[in-house]
Amino acid sequence: MINTQEKNIKKNNKNLYYRFTFLIMVILFYIVLFFLDSDKIIESLFFSWNIIVSIIPVLILVVFLMGVLNYFLKPKKIAKYLGKKSGFKGWILAALFGVLSHGPIYVWYPLLRDLKQHGMRTGLVAVFLYNRAIKIPLLPVMIFYFGAFFVIILCIYMIVASIVQGKVIEIIEAKYVGMR
Amino acid sequence: MDNKEINNSDKSSLILSFYKAIKSFSTTLPILFGVVLLIGLFKIYIPPALISSVFKGEIFQDTFIGSGVGSISAGNPITSYIIGGELLKEGVSLFAVTAFIIAWVTVGIIQIPAEASILGKRFALTRNILSFIFSVLVAIFTVLTLQVLI
Repeated sequence: MINTQEKNIKKNNKNLYYRFTFLIMVILFYIVLFFLDSDKIIESLFFSWNIIVSIIPVLILVVFLMGVLNYFLKPKKIAKYLGKKSGFKGWILAALFGVLSHGPIYVWYPLLRDLKQHGMRTGLVAVFLYNRAIKIPLLPVMIFYFGAFFVIILCIYMIVASIVQGKVIEIIEAKYVGMR
Repeated sequence: MDNKEINNSDKSSLILSFYKAIKSFSTTLPILFGVVLLIGLFKIYIPPALISSVFKGEIFQDTFIGSGVGSISAGNPITSYIIGGELLKEGVSLFAVTAFIIAWVTVGIIQIPAEASILGKRFALTRNILSFIFSVLVAIFTVLTLQVLI
């Protein structure tokens, strides 16, 4: 238990280090370019500043929606509905839970492995992972850039594609098992 | 447990949920700021002619390049929306941008080792290859549908 906690702390520190390294490198890049051509860099900064100002209200909405989802949806609740005998409902629920799931992907891998070991269909795992591309809290940002109509069409195609992909993976898996 | 205790636990759970959301979101901020600053440089230093020489307006080629770039990139999807949205303003085709934002999340070349070790090598490879193909197809279908409807 302590080892796992230590590992998590190390992993978080490593991620934090990476994130700030990236930002610091970009800032250093700006400083170097500033000495070469200050006018262009000031122009770049203004452009970046305008992007930040324009997306701030959307980002506040994103945090709010993330909080609401955190409150209502817990991984354990999801596990209850994706069992062996879930049938057609299982496909729909896997897609829905994929959309509603939040947090980094590696949080979900162990849960998916456990569910798979308890009989969850491989296709459902694929459906779940594919639909993580649609994130409800982030939709305001997507709508801001691409429009609501685009987002609706994309989401419909994504859900259909996820189910087709899940079925194809199951066919491939079945063929592989048959060959052995 | 009386009503007052239930209310208190609900309230603390709600506060914890929002605390987690703020904490999780704040971890993406350094990357987000870094990316926005890079977009600023991109806008000023990369001439539109160069962009249109890479994205020539050929549906399959543009979409394929978008999917390829999205597949090797990783991170919070919000970053991909901002990059994609800004590229779109610079004249990159919607086919390429759509494929890029789909592949960003569904194809994870960097994450394949982690996915393979937990969910199986065959599953991880098959899923990522299929996701790449689907990112191209979904992008083409989405944009064509949009063009027909609007």
